[in-house]
Amino acid sequence: MNQPVDVLIIGAGASGAAVAWSLAETKMHILCLDQGGWMKQAEYPSTGRDWEAKFYGEWSTSPNIRGRPEDYPINDDNSPIKVVNFNGVGGSTIMYTAHWPRLHPSDFKVKTLDGVADDWPIDYDALTPFFEENDRMMGVSGLSGDPKSPLTHPPMPPQPLGLSGPLIGKAMNKLGWHWWPSDTTVATTDYEGRARCINLGHCTPACAQGAKASTDITYWPHAIRAGVELKTHCRVREITTNEHGMASGVVYYDQDGVEQFQAAEVVIIACNGVGTPRLLLNSASGKFPNGLANSSGLVGKNLMFHPYAQIYGFVKEPTDSNRAPPTCLWSKEFYDTDISRGFVRGYGIQFGRGAGPVFEAVASEQKGILPWGKDHHRVFRKLNGHRLHVSAICEDLPEEHNRVTLDPVLKDSHGIPAPRIDYTISENSRKMMEHGLARGREILEAAGASDICTNSPIPWGGWHLLGTARMGTDPQRSVVNEWGRSHDVKNLFIVDGSVFVTSGGVNPTSTIQAIALYVADQMKQRLANLFD
Amino acid sequence: MIPESSEYKVPGADDAAIQGDILATLGRDTKMVSAALDHIARLAGKPLATLDDAKREAVVQEFRASGGAPAATLARVILQCYYRDDRVLRSLGLEPRAPFPKGHVLEDGDWSLLDPVKARPARLREAR
Repeated sequence: MNQPVDVLIIGAGASGAAVAWSLAETKMHILCLDQGGWMKQAEYPSTGRDWEAKFYGEWSTSPNIRGRPEDYPINDDNSPIKVVNFNGVGGSTIMYTAHWPRLHPSDFKVKTLDGVADDWPIDYDALTPFFEENDRMMGVSGLSGDPKSPLTHPPMPPQPLGLSGPLIGKAMNKLGWHWWPSDTTVATTDYEGRARCINLGHCTPACAQGAKASTDITYWPHAIRAGVELKTHCRVREITTNEHGMASGVVYYDQDGVEQFQAAEVVIIACNGVGTPRLLLNSASGKFPNGLANSSGLVGKNLMFHPYAQIYGFVKEPTDSNRAPPTCLWSKEFYDTDISRGFVRGYGIQFGRGAGPVFEAVASEQKGILPWGKDHHRVFRKLNGHRLHVSAICEDLPEEHNRVTLDPVLKDSHGIPAPRIDYTISENSRKMMEHGLARGREILEAAGASDICTNSPIPWGGWHLLGTARMGTDPQRSVVNEWGRSHDVKNLFIVDGSVFVTSGGVNPTSTIQAIALYVADQMKQRLANLFD
Repeated sequence: MIPESSEYKVPGADDAAIQGDILATLGRDTKMVSAALDHIARLAGKPLATLDDAKREAVVQEFRASGGAPAATLARVILQCYYRDDRVLRSLGLEPRAPFPKGHVLEDGDWSLLDPVKARPARLREAR
């Protein structure tokens, strides 16, 4: 029999770690359950000669390809963009590019400014102190003073420009367009027990050096020292409720596969935009027949991905290839709405430095620009170490038909119904992607690139899982209120990307964690009347 | 697919060590690779190596065009082993080693390139 806890957090990733750390100062009994385990840096891909090959198998970004015991399958056949994530302590911060922009202040007022979607019930200013706190906790490198981004104060200097950065910078200057060194969670100096980046290059599938921030090495050690309990290999099946319609705890399978019940006074979900609606829908009961916290009918709806329009080419000069973190620069030149472009809202641009030899060979062979036969070697030497990427991260607007539901057939290894994704790219997003490709081509041509290819959308580009339990003040139009509490279940909170109202045109993890810290702060301020 | 080259001083993908690496590390790709090899055999009608150059080239082109995921998997499996072979990496000017723990040294770059961007006025859309 498990002892009841005050706060139960489901998920130990970006947001679960942040909310756990923040609430620890309350001295409540806090327990976090995660379906995965602790990661071992010594086993990360960049420690072996087969470091690139692992990206196509056990370290794939797709849980369906990766198929680790900690993963659950996702039916994304009916989506041109496939879901990518990671399951384990640290969640998808284990496997991400560490690109660290924030949503812009204007992103919280989309309806007011552009007449589409909805405004958020909170604004950028409400999150500012939590952005700053999160940047310190995660350890951010960058250059303050970007004229087209919110003001940040990265505690570490930016990554070196390397060989690729100046090529991109010169091209952007030629066009007169904005560019700036990215804020990233790659430590460029020794920081809080983390060793500085030594340019392993293969950052996305986990950093063996520990220079890239993931919450297993940032928030969790602090949270555990402060008394938070973390149980691994525990997969939650459903949230239970009592006769008063309050959450009473969760049913989960422990590491031996034994069904357990954990009682809790407060339940916080931190499973992100696919895992969270899956859990809520799997928690249907007689009192909540359409899923928990779903009186609005919006649980799982309004899924936003950020379609990536990627274009790349090959320059004569050498680029950084796999000698550096993959991203180092961004542009906000096309971030804001300009109706003359034929679409509303906009996109950020993320520049890529290059790729390793295996990735280059596989990708170029698939694109048909690397031949088989006697010309293979000559062409490969022209491509390898000469690649530059430009990716437009397009703001996806919420549409109810883009959704997460429960698959009627597919189940995970514990027999829990798996999520199904139904998603189409909107006309607005398509126009934005076309615009991004056209501008990307101009950038690459200004850099002198040839053999230009596109991936639009990047098929395995569903990194950003947003909007499926949106926040708002109207219980009929939102799932949680303006401080993350379910409208329907007064002791149930959601702190992950599913609460996003709109998606902005940037990587969302910084904003997700700022929201988690903000919700934790709101809870701490309201402890005496949290359930009123 | 990838022939030996004296010009670049690299083995072909049919080199024994590379073939050994492929076989030793097929793992989860075994089924797809088997399907790809079956497809090649069907297209060739007899052992591929026994065809003359023109016919072999035609079969290979048809295989890549019609082979779908199994063909892509076979190509990837060959490439991921070929481009980690010591001889091939040295030919490319790369050290045959894991990235960790040595890492790489990255040039700082010319930060004066950012001066024109800094010179422009700050322009962040207002949220009201």
